[in-house]
Amino acid sequence: MIAKRLHKTGLIPQHAVHQPGSPLLELCAVSLRYNGRVALEAVSFQVNNGQRVAVVGPNGAGKSTLFKVIAGLLPATSGEVKVSGAGPGGHICIAYVPQRSQVDWEFPVVVNDVVMMGRIGKLGLLRWPRARDWDYVHHALEVVGLSHLANRQIGELSGGEQQRMFIARALAQEAELMLMDEPLTGLDLPSQEGIFEILDGLGQQGVTVLIAMHDLKLATDRFEQVMLLNRRLIGYGKPTDIFTPERLVAAYGGHLHLVGAGDELLALSDTCCDEATG
Amino acid sequence: MIPLVDLLLDPLNYPFMVRGLLATLMVGVVCATVGTYMVLRGMAFFGDALSHAILPGVALGYLAGGSRGSLFWWGMGTAILTSMGIGALSKGARVKEDTAIGIIFAGMFALGIALISTVRSYTVDLAHFLFGDVLGVSGSDLVRMGIFGGLIVIAVLVFYKEFLVLSFDPTLASTLRLPVRFFEYALYLLIAIAIVVSLQTVGVALMVAMLITPAASASLLTRRLPVMMSLAAAIGALSGAIGLYLSYYINIASGAAIVLTCTAFFALAWLGRTIQRAIV
Repeated sequence: MIAKRLHKTGLIPQHAVHQPGSPLLELCAVSLRYNGRVALEAVSFQVNNGQRVAVVGPNGAGKSTLFKVIAGLLPATSGEVKVSGAGPGGHICIAYVPQRSQVDWEFPVVVNDVVMMGRIGKLGLLRWPRARDWDYVHHALEVVGLSHLANRQIGELSGGEQQRMFIARALAQEAELMLMDEPLTGLDLPSQEGIFEILDGLGQQGVTVLIAMHDLKLATDRFEQVMLLNRRLIGYGKPTDIFTPERLVAAYGGHLHLVGAGDELLALSDTCCDEATG
Repeated sequence: MIPLVDLLLDPLNYPFMVRGLLATLMVGVVCATVGTYMVLRGMAFFGDALSHAILPGVALGYLAGGSRGSLFWWGMGTAILTSMGIGALSKGARVKEDTAIGIIFAGMFALGIALISTVRSYTVDLAHFLFGDVLGVSGSDLVRMGIFGGLIVIAVLVFYKEFLVLSFDPTLASTLRLPVRFFEYALYLLIAIAIVVSLQTVGVALMVAMLITPAASASLLTRRLPVMMSLAAAIGALSGAIGLYLSYYINIASGAAIVLTCTAFFALAWLGRTIQRAIV
């Protein structure tokens, strides 16, 4: 009785139950408008357990917005989001990994503290981390290879290490769906490689990952599934099927340099290059 | 060493100095504790506005001829209402948040001064509200400060991990389905109560310094949150005590002396860090 009341206040959230047999993520005609502007229009797709999908599109295409709707941070104007058969608002298994430019790196916390934040959803109010929670944190840091930096202030990490720390936090959260907003932007090649090695391991454990990115070549080389987005869903499938000249022009308009080289299509660059993207 | 001990003990022959000292120590700790989150979240202006906006409430209590004790409750009521109001307004988004806060802050402050000025001999009382009257702290004032100050420190410790996540990454707090709005307002409420607890010591005009300066000094000296919070509390309490002695011996206003001591600590911390960076 009291517990029910507390749930109603939202002070103690009730977590959604996963329906067996339903896809991990399913969007059905999701649209979102704010201030009269269309941010997403009738987006429908389905992602299964353990899949890794690159979400590609120009600046302002709604990639971050899409992730926020999936995470239950923004309500869809119409349409439906389902994570394991239930609306996203009750799940604590969704990890949203922010763009590095959105984080206050001067904040007085060390790597351990940030990763432990992932445990808070499971801990609940009025409880301090127990040995088991620290086991999760240590294991997560081991998986991403940051154990030796556990007590570093977060501003002292390199870009790749910062990204790996957030992956560790998602692991500590026991996330089944990870939404990563431009994790590769501004990283050098070895750091990108390090991130992909970790992601390969996650896929084998059944963790589903959606990654917003700009690099079409990287999306082609490292992903079996890509999604081309510009407010509408322009294509979703194998990179070779999706990154066709017609679709790319539909997504980017004239802002993309396309070079035809025999059978191969080379997208030299889109207009984006700065880290602060919307 | 005897003269130094005498220097420290002499003022304590006066009971009002003992009460004043206890009050400043408490205020130093309580303000620095909530102030740590204010510094991390960039809420300095919010704190300044909130403390000024309390004035009309206190003024009403004063006009009603209330005792010191009743002024505390008038202040508390106004602080809670205003903090909730600013919180709600900033979500409305028609006006930018800092603009909205500025408008409310100046308007409420002016209303307070207008109310107090209806009393003919108002300047002394107004000065007490604005700049504090730490030597006028009574025994029952101390008890109230102790109870509410204690509640604030306990709340900050009990909800440590929630306030931490909310301040560092509100998006994570939402995806972990924490009651984000509840904790936002809880923090506003804690700040409001801290301000009322400190009202008599430094007054509304200098309040923001007690909230912000010790925490900002501590942030220069450490990169761990628990350390920052303890250090801020220590700096706040020490500034209170040193400031009070300064005001006793060189005969300057106690609120100003306390705040100037805080500022001196900040300058030292900043200097120390600059030198350390130059060496390393």
